[in-house]
Amino acid sequence: MKRLILSRLLPTILLVLGAAAILLPFVWMLSLSVKPRDEIFSTAIHFLPSRFEWENYAFAFTQTDIPLFLWNGLVMVAGILFFQILFAVPCAYALAQRRFAGRSLLFGLVVAALLVPFHVTAIPIFLAFAKIGILNTMWALILPFVQTAFGVFLFRQFFAQIPADLFDAARVDGLGETAIVWRIAFPLALPAATAFAIFSVTAHWNDLFWPLIATTDPHLATPPRGILYFRDQESGDNVGPLMAAAVIITAPLVIAFLLAQRKFIQGIAAGGLKG
Amino acid sequence: MKLSVESRQAITDAWLVGPATLALILFIFLPVAIVAVLSFTDYQFGATSFNWNGLENYVKLFSSSIGRRAITNTLIYVAIVIPFSVGFGLLVAIGLFRMATWAPLLSNLMKTIYFLPVAATLVAMSVAWQMVLHPSLGIVNQTLLSFGMQPQNWLSDRGLVLYTLAVIGIWQSVGYNMVLFLAGLSAIPTELYDAAEVDGAGGGWSRFWTVTWPMLGPTTLFVMVVTATNAFRVFETVATMTKGGPAFASDTLVYALYREGFVYFKAGYASAITMVFFAFLLALALIQFRIVEKRVHYR
Repeated sequence: MKRLILSRLLPTILLVLGAAAILLPFVWMLSLSVKPRDEIFSTAIHFLPSRFEWENYAFAFTQTDIPLFLWNGLVMVAGILFFQILFAVPCAYALAQRRFAGRSLLFGLVVAALLVPFHVTAIPIFLAFAKIGILNTMWALILPFVQTAFGVFLFRQFFAQIPADLFDAARVDGLGETAIVWRIAFPLALPAATAFAIFSVTAHWNDLFWPLIATTDPHLATPPRGILYFRDQESGDNVGPLMAAAVIITAPLVIAFLLAQRKFIQGIAAGGLKG
Repeated sequence: MKLSVESRQAITDAWLVGPATLALILFIFLPVAIVAVLSFTDYQFGATSFNWNGLENYVKLFSSSIGRRAITNTLIYVAIVIPFSVGFGLLVAIGLFRMATWAPLLSNLMKTIYFLPVAATLVAMSVAWQMVLHPSLGIVNQTLLSFGMQPQNWLSDRGLVLYTLAVIGIWQSVGYNMVLFLAGLSAIPTELYDAAEVDGAGGGWSRFWTVTWPMLGPTTLFVMVVTATNAFRVFETVATMTKGGPAFASDTLVYALYREGFVYFKAGYASAITMVFFAFLLALALIQFRIVEKRVHYR
């Protein structure tokens, strides 16, 4: 009995305490987002408000640009993902299934590119975008990320495991290489594509660094950039709606994560390993 | 016009790999070369010309108190986050791995909770953390007060702010490390535990030291490097909560490169900061490659 307590009860208590610490900012954010103003500014500790103030959410949705920020975020992550897939999949297919001059050199470039964090390339890309005058456009938010060495790498690993006979059979049937890529290779790679999509969407939805640099127009703000505009405008006075906004912005990915946990963990874990 | 088979094949290859290759060159390799060159100039955004100034930017970064501050702050931040994030990640993983044998549902629920900060938008969560740590309205100070303790200015006290950010960094990354360790744990063959039991290492502690820890060795090293790589890039929390302040007490390399480059428009100096940041990350990547290599030899 004593051993059971030591081996089960104690670790469980510690794990629950840890989980509570992890949840603290989430709970506090949710709590403030439904509190009436006077209760936010009271110093007594209450997680549950005396009455739910849904007005905070109504304010965030109607009196602020939060819906626009969500839309901008959606357009940006969809645009980035579209071009990443469009460019990475054919390249990965060729690297895995075709023989051509410079193939190992290209693969070397892909691996080398994996070592470059985005922050390193920001200054020259900013300069170039300023020169051609596309700062403060949606393109400025999308273009730098159409390349994805990680995507090429991930899809190549996947395509390399598919037997070459399969593609030969398709060629015999008269399919061109482009058709093979999109009608045979890509559908087979859907598990890899899902993991990649989760990684890409999460990374870019959450990114603040590049939107902060590439856009100064509040109408182009992505959710993280936008919530900072909102916060700075209100100068900390409108805590309830601000927390509601934070909940709204965090919700899409958190809900997606709760619905597809295994996929999510795979996608993000795979992405992180690129270093 | 009839093309030979070879040239038709070459055109197909170019069509397949061309766009991705061009994008890699345009958005990775060319910018890296340019940033390296710029780091030896006094170029400012918007200026029509620039002068070469040798190592001046690097000297400034390493000798000015602000530049040094950014480097040491980043190193301190990384040095705090690595042991705690990896240590907690390991403990949580072992705890949940064992719990899964007698309470799988609870174990899964906890796994979800611990991973939540990894999926949540860090900027929005930083705004929430600001309220948690708010000097008068935050739950942390309210709790301290109710126990008769001294409330703290977690984000505006020069001596505290970097540690506060590190705690948030740990909060954000524990779940990620937990997942990596869980993968490592489930890869340990159960026969090893049986063998350890036969050899008399049946208790929790001796099981851990004779089987789990040695088998997790390579995973742990790997997790440490990944954690360090992510910690070096700390930006979102700094930009949201402190802007490097107060008085540069929470300035970090990426935030300094953002401020010098895109707020003060000193492209040359910011490029030098970028190169130093890049050098740190390349060193970590080198270590990571060596670990991965070692791991392969294990099998």
